[in-house]
Amino acid sequence: MNIGNLIKIAISSLFRNKMRTALTMLGIVIGIASVIAMVSIGQASTQSVKSELSTMGSNMIMIMPARQHRGGVDMGMSSSKSLDDKDLLSIQKNTRYVAAVSPMVSSAKQLIYGNNNHSCSVNGVSDAYLEIRKYELADGVMFTEEDVKRYNKVCVIGQTVVKELFTNGENPIGKSIRFGSIPMTVIGVLDSKGQNGMGEDQDDIVLAPYTTIQKRFLGINYFNMLFASATSEDESELAATEITYILRSNHGIKSGATDDFDIRTQEELVSTISSVTSLMTTLLAAIASISLVVGGIGIMNIMYVTVTERTKEIGLRMAIGAHNRDIMLQFLCESVILSLIGGIIGIIFGLIIAYVASKLMHMPYVVSEMAILGSFLVCAITGIFFGWYPAKKAANMDPISALRYE
Amino acid sequence: MEKDILKVENLERVFRVGSEDVHALRGVSFSIKEGEFVSIMGTSGSGKSTLLNILGCLDTPSAGDYIIDGVSIRNLSKNELSTLRNRKIGFVFQNYNLLARTTALENVELPLFYNNTVPAKERRERAEAALKLVGLEKRMEHKPNQLSGGQQQRVAIARALVNDPVILLADEATGNLDTRTSYEIMSLFQDLHEQGKTIAFVTHEPDIATFTTRKIKLRDGQIIEDAPINTQSAAEALAAINLQKED
Repeated sequence: MNIGNLIKIAISSLFRNKMRTALTMLGIVIGIASVIAMVSIGQASTQSVKSELSTMGSNMIMIMPARQHRGGVDMGMSSSKSLDDKDLLSIQKNTRYVAAVSPMVSSAKQLIYGNNNHSCSVNGVSDAYLEIRKYELADGVMFTEEDVKRYNKVCVIGQTVVKELFTNGENPIGKSIRFGSIPMTVIGVLDSKGQNGMGEDQDDIVLAPYTTIQKRFLGINYFNMLFASATSEDESELAATEITYILRSNHGIKSGATDDFDIRTQEELVSTISSVTSLMTTLLAAIASISLVVGGIGIMNIMYVTVTERTKEIGLRMAIGAHNRDIMLQFLCESVILSLIGGIIGIIFGLIIAYVASKLMHMPYVVSEMAILGSFLVCAITGIFFGWYPAKKAANMDPISALRYE
Repeated sequence: MEKDILKVENLERVFRVGSEDVHALRGVSFSIKEGEFVSIMGTSGSGKSTLLNILGCLDTPSAGDYIIDGVSIRNLSKNELSTLRNRKIGFVFQNYNLLARTTALENVELPLFYNNTVPAKERRERAEAALKLVGLEKRMEHKPNQLSGGQQQRVAIARALVNDPVILLADEATGNLDTRTSYEIMSLFQDLHEQGKTIAFVTHEPDIATFTTRKIKLRDGQIIEDAPINTQSAAEALAAINLQKED
């Protein structure tokens, strides 16, 4: 029998029992829809976490002094004073994969302007900091190397600070803010960046030349941290290696001794977080595929019942000239058509669910071609695999006893 | 001389039931010529069903030979037997065996689906012609549950005719019908016989057998009687019942 006739016979058999066909398909529909929805929701959350992290600067490298122990007492994170001007200079000069580097010294201060005050930490950085952390200026200018050299009392402030201090909507540029007792002139305002991946407000920030903070506020000559950026995201590791090498030689650390600093790349953070989310995605997909297996067994069950119920029909078809192969292919065809149509409906439902979920959870809408292709393949295999046994049973019937079956 | 449509020689069929051999057929020989209308009679257990299964190529003999339309089935494979059934035999069953929820036309088309040499258009035309032949031209789109028993059997007969078989094999084709409808169906068979169809009709009802042209009687797997009979007209018998009713 040719394949066209076969499909025609299979489809008309399925149509003869619409309710049962629909219910059987439902299992596959639910299975496929949940796989598609779970995978795409999972991928969307991975993507949104990644994109939030990259607002912090995807090729950023953080260098912190190591923990220090004094007399057996842990002095806390970044407590040593190991990073200084010499390190900054040699990183600036002697690296190939480091695009920019900025020190950071922090000092918590009460900011006062007119009747308003706001408490926040003032970060002493260099002019490279904006590029490293991906900040943009909304207004005014960034301070220059010249400002750094001269310990100038200038600062650049974030939107939250603007909101807190300049409550009547005046332009902050050129205004003088008091940092405790020291007045500083606002020369620039940063664009809003919103929250970072950890939920911190990235706009509650004041930047000033690091020399100003070191000399005028704190009276120190070391840095709390160094921020660097690699030439590209892929070269973060290379850049980190270069920095490690320079710092070890600067600090005279013998081979075998532990570093007196910590280096963290943004890439590490991203890969840790995305490995967690992709694990979640895999887990969700695995749970969803259980329902797919259940759907497949549903098909097998119904096909099996169908074969018994249609014994007489099978006997008749054999009597009027169907070969065993024709019977086998007819039943296989029915189960494959069942699962494929179920699969297509499932894919459509899954995409709709993923779309609604992405809107509700404010995530990007990700369509995973792999998941669609994969589930389509799984459908076809399900149809063949779970249809095989019942079809074989049908094909092996003896026409004489099949015709007599009551 | 008319040619033999089918010929059986020393047919034997042995079934193994447990450790015992059951001889359903013990050396049956006869032949049916083109255009004959043969009734095969016998009580249950006489071997008539076994004989019919072999004549219908659903079963193969344990010994002896069966030649249908010049082809010996002795060395044919299962698939070759299927093809033989598809091209040369038309079955009519006691319980019609129509596909439920399927129109009369589609039911009649069914055998031609398994014949690749018949294109879709011809399939439909032949099915329509067969339905016309059994007088159901107005019921082509009806499904079995919308048809009476007699009409369903007519659909089954049309299905048996659609592949233009060399022989029609009817297995108790009137067994599920009342007398009146039985006579109508027999009248249809007689019409088909007039048109030159070869028919083998298995029955256990003697009055049905009187409408055929030759009677083969089986008992315990052997032929005990094989003779031409004085054929009655089913149409006349039908008229007689109608007359009785009016009285």
